[in-house]
Amino acid sequence: MTVAISPTEKKTVAPTARSLGQQLPFFQRRNVRDGIWIGSLTTFVTFGSFLLLFPVYFMIVTSLKTQGASFLLPMKWFPGIQYAPQWENYGEALKFMKWETAYTNTMVVAVLSMAGDVVSAVLVAYGFARFRAPGKNLLFGLVLSTLMVPQIVRLVPEYLGFSRLGMSNTFWPLILPAWFGSAYNIFLLRQFFTTIPIEMDQSAQIDGAGPMRILWDVLLPQIRPALAVVLIGSFTYNWNDFFRPLIYINSPSLRTAALSLSAFQAVYGGTPFHLLMAASLVNIIPLVVLFFTLQRYFIQGIVVTGVKG
Amino acid sequence: MAADAVAGSRQTTAVGALARKEALWFYVLISPWIAGFILFSGGPTIASAYLSLTHNDPVNWPPTWVGLLNYDVMFRDRLFWKSLQVTTYYTVLSVPLSVGFATFLALILNEKLPGMAAWRTIYYLPSIVTGVPVALMWNWIFQPQFGLVNGLLYDLGVPSSMLPKWLSDPQWAVPTFVIMSLWQFGGPMLIYLASIQGVPTQLYESAELDGASKLRQIWHITLPSISPVIFFNGILAIISSFQVFTNAFVITQGGPNYATYFMVFMIYQNAFTYISNMGYADALAWVLFVIMLAFTAMAFRLQRHWVFYEAVVR
Repeated sequence: MTVAISPTEKKTVAPTARSLGQQLPFFQRRNVRDGIWIGSLTTFVTFGSFLLLFPVYFMIVTSLKTQGASFLLPMKWFPGIQYAPQWENYGEALKFMKWETAYTNTMVVAVLSMAGDVVSAVLVAYGFARFRAPGKNLLFGLVLSTLMVPQIVRLVPEYLGFSRLGMSNTFWPLILPAWFGSAYNIFLLRQFFTTIPIEMDQSAQIDGAGPMRILWDVLLPQIRPALAVVLIGSFTYNWNDFFRPLIYINSPSLRTAALSLSAFQAVYGGTPFHLLMAASLVNIIPLVVLFFTLQRYFIQGIVVTGVKG
Repeated sequence: MAADAVAGSRQTTAVGALARKEALWFYVLISPWIAGFILFSGGPTIASAYLSLTHNDPVNWPPTWVGLLNYDVMFRDRLFWKSLQVTTYYTVLSVPLSVGFATFLALILNEKLPGMAAWRTIYYLPSIVTGVPVALMWNWIFQPQFGLVNGLLYDLGVPSSMLPKWLSDPQWAVPTFVIMSLWQFGGPMLIYLASIQGVPTQLYESAELDGASKLRQIWHITLPSISPVIFFNGILAIISSFQVFTNAFVITQGGPNYATYFMVFMIYQNAFTYISNMGYADALAWVLFVIMLAFTAMAFRLQRHWVFYEAVVR
């Protein structure tokens, strides 16, 4: 490619992968230096991913051992080759944690909270993004300021409120707050709404659409990446939430998965690690499935909004 | 009121009957949040400020007024100071490390390599796995006698007297917590990735022409361009670092010897366990809140030295 060094001079420079940044397709690299760079990068990334996923692999390996064997050194890494995989650990673990109860409960809480999060955040963000009213900016500032207040400050009064209403030891405290708008989701969706030109709303309006119609048919379809983010974030948070169920739930029949998993820990040692690892891996599965299902919106969406100009 | 500079938003005043209708729609749409604010955030925040001036335990209702007694007790409570030290030590260690780590990985994963999309997914996965199972897994990994890390170190030749006791050692406990938190870099990393992709390539081209090496390009172009995003994630990291609970509860229960006695754990103990004095817990929560605000304010103050905003005047 020719590049201008000064207004009158030009120079021919080999277009390296680096100099063309993101525009050059991978296979047009021209020199060995680039090859080395790419080679070492790939090695690093591969090695890094092994390190990162190692704990997960370790969980898998341990989940297939017998109780005594989880502690034995030297560590055996290859089920089937070095030791017989105990597939029944999974059945035993799930039975131990009463998986039907635990996962029904967790599903109920997570799905209802996720629905509430999305619905309330969409409505509120739509209001902030598209409608003019006195006091709007002040209110939005208030929304943002609630992000700064840690959950712990609100915890005790919230707990007292729920228990005076007789709602402690139910799912209400876990689900209700989600239906009233979370500041983080509102902020996120509002930012995404404002990237859509107002002219689209206006042309729909001219065609006779009311505000809700505009929301549903014009805005939401273009917001899919952000909606995916909210869905995944909300579901994951509620699925893994340990703190709030710990405080509100007392009876075993209402336990969520996070609480049931903590029950594996024996007080005086002898924690059945092989069962615990099996149960933990099963617990992760819905999250991974959800992530894979939604990730094409997710990663692509963030990339799209990241592009300038 | 000032007009927003963001596309798709307009100035906030309008006139006439249509304007009233629009305002009505606005208030109807945000009514869930207003109700939520009163019920779940503004209300409880004010209530907890009041409750911090009371003595409140499950046996005696209603809470009895004690004025500033809780704060007085707190400042003499050695556990409070210990907890404060543990929490701030953790923040000071974990925030720079986690921000730096996520940025570093985002820079690496931004390169155009074959299959990079798959790698990005893999690197993102650890962060969606959180909570109790992960805490227990870490407990196992860092177990001094039988755990993974010490096993590996031993195999690599480290004598067993030199093997750190990780979560059982008061000196190593908080650093171990920091290491555990580093595993959750995926979320911020994704955001950094997006912002790095937004840096105009002409900048890199002209730097390349001037003979800048890749590292210089990163230092002088990439990092300043994404510094607002780094700042944003840094603030979020500060806020969340003050809220460590699950790992402390599940693995160490605040030990060994109060080495991981994080503030939220202390508050939990005071509110919901045998110690139960919720008034004191509220007072602790407010002090934590104020300290958090102080750290955040300090970060905001420092930003003018290193954060580069391209278009907006701050």
